Amino acid sequence: MTGTAVPRRISGTASRARRTRLSELALETLIRVLGFSTIGFVGLIFLFLLREGVPVFFEVRPGSLFSGRWYPTFGIFGTLPLILGSLLVTLIAIVIALPLGVATAVFVREVAPRWAREVLKPIIEVLAGIPSVVLGFFGMTFVAPLVREVLGAPTGLTAFSGAFILAYMALPTIISVAEDALDSVPKGYRDAGLAMGATRWQTIWRVVVPSARSGILTAVMLGMGRAIGETMAVMMVTGNAAVLPTSLASILRPVRTMTATIAAEMGEVARGSTHYHALFGIGIILFVLTFLINLAASSAIFEKRRKGGLR
Amino acid sequence: MVPKTTLRWAKSASGGAKSASGGAKSASGGAKSASGGVVCACLVAVLAAGCAGRSAGNAGPSAGTPAAGAPTAIQDTGSDTLLNLALAWAERYMSENPQVRISVTGGGSGTGIASLINGTIQIANASREMSKEEIAEASKNGITPVKFTVALDAIAVVANPGNPVQGLTLQQLSDMYTGRITRWADVGGRNAPVVLLSRESNSGTYVYFLEQVIRLGNSKSTALFSPETLLMPSSQGISAEVAQNPNSLGYDGLGYVTPEQKTIAVARTAAGPYVLPSVRTVLDKSYPVSRPLFMYTAGEPTGAVKEYLNWVMGDGQKLVRDVGFVPLEGSGG
Repeated sequence: MTGTAVPRRISGTASRARRTRLSELALETLIRVLGFSTIGFVGLIFLFLLREGVPVFFEVRPGSLFSGRWYPTFGIFGTLPLILGSLLVTLIAIVIALPLGVATAVFVREVAPRWAREVLKPIIEVLAGIPSVVLGFFGMTFVAPLVREVLGAPTGLTAFSGAFILAYMALPTIISVAEDALDSVPKGYRDAGLAMGATRWQTIWRVVVPSARSGILTAVMLGMGRAIGETMAVMMVTGNAAVLPTSLASILRPVRTMTATIAAEMGEVARGSTHYHALFGIGIILFVLTFLINLAASSAIFEKRRKGGLR
Repeated sequence: MVPKTTLRWAKSASGGAKSASGGAKSASGGAKSASGGVVCACLVAVLAAGCAGRSAGNAGPSAGTPAAGAPTAIQDTGSDTLLNLALAWAERYMSENPQVRISVTGGGSGTGIASLINGTIQIANASREMSKEEIAEASKNGITPVKFTVALDAIAVVANPGNPVQGLTLQQLSDMYTGRITRWADVGGRNAPVVLLSRESNSGTYVYFLEQVIRLGNSKSTALFSPETLLMPSSQGISAEVAQNPNSLGYDGLGYVTPEQKTIAVARTAAGPYVLPSVRTVLDKSYPVSRPLFMYTAGEPTGAVKEYLNWVMGDGQKLVRDVGFVPLEGSGG
């Protein structure tokens, strides 16, 4: 405080200012505490996961922990089919969802007239709100029989059916993030493209989409994160047979994902048993996988930010 | 698991609406074991409470003892196989004894047993016996589980109605479920692959089927379900797949067989006889795949729990046949 502040302190404005400063301090502290507590909760959840899951890495030999047979009721904890099952389903889902999602985003942002965009955007957001159980039921009663009859699989409850439903669930994420990425491409790029005599299609495909590609990559990563963590729909549609997906034909065979395994078996296990720890161990593996995916997504964002602007 | 519950809800809506009202709120105690099934089952209980328009009892873990005047609450959790029967019993018993409130939830035998071990419920429904580990776990918590046989159940082997196969021997079933027989043609059916369906490994039905059918009752056998077996999270999942897939082969409790599924007759040996599951064939022991169903209590039951169990094993047996199970021999049915 400087000397001039002394006489002011007597006046009403000074005490009001002090009060403002006090309440500001209180608010700031509150916000800071809330902000840090979120981080704290995530940390605690991770610690809990570690505490419950890490013992399995000591109770089961690493060799058999990553072997190909999962019979938890009989002490056989090979998680490989579950990990590969999750990856397979997620991968197929992205292969289906990526072209559809990017094409939709391009249509909404670049092609559709204004009124259509106003209608489409909220509808796409509503898509994201459909409960996964509903999609799972749809998959079970509609997609699965179709897969069996049209593609000739012995059963319709396959990795492909699961991926189909997951693709549908990842689409809203992919579309809205990709659309934002397209949106942040400067208008000048489009004008330049058109001015150089490129058609509208050439401008979109050769100029706008490539300059938004890191944003699109982020969209795919986020969609993947959504797909790999999905449980309910996958459990209802993929058949849950813990088979190692070894060949291309595995796409039309049942698989068992990590999420479905945790959901289906957690209710049964005795607390503190090896099986219990194994399920949390799967949780750790899943956590690490999604963490890596999110890291890849956000590093793509930061990369672009450093180069000047998210596109 | 939600669709399962939805179906259960639909199935038991008439029979069990009121019965779950007793302690709907406190039913969440059973959800400690964090199973989706339990949570959903609790939801059903809450819904049921709403329908019945009764207030939820304030039952705690220690509410098993009767208090003069106040309603006594009994928590009954466990086997999905037993769920419909337990609901029917609870409803009838509460209409006769309005001072008792019984809340019934499902979630699987393991869930019920885990809750009993944790001391959050008074009765655990189980379609299998408690394992040694579970009993040890319970005694660590100072709980001695006491077993009561409350009904009999037959496991029906089911296939698509379009499947020409009428009967299978236990040996054939074992070979099919372990993956040694993979084509229907090998057991007299069409030239099509066999799609094996099973309940999830948290189901007592799964363990029973494994021991009695796949391992043919041989306790030294280490045979397992083929890894190709589709594990369905619910009875509803099995009936849906069996109804629409002509290649499928499944099994489930007799009470859950719907008209869209065809029951396969089972024989002990190839010489026959091939027997279809029914109350009569289970009671005269000619049907080979039947089992007892249990209720476990924490320690010798006292007070209201004791009276309830006596009723279940006495007059309650009259309800068993209506729900699709087999009453205990020489009583009720």
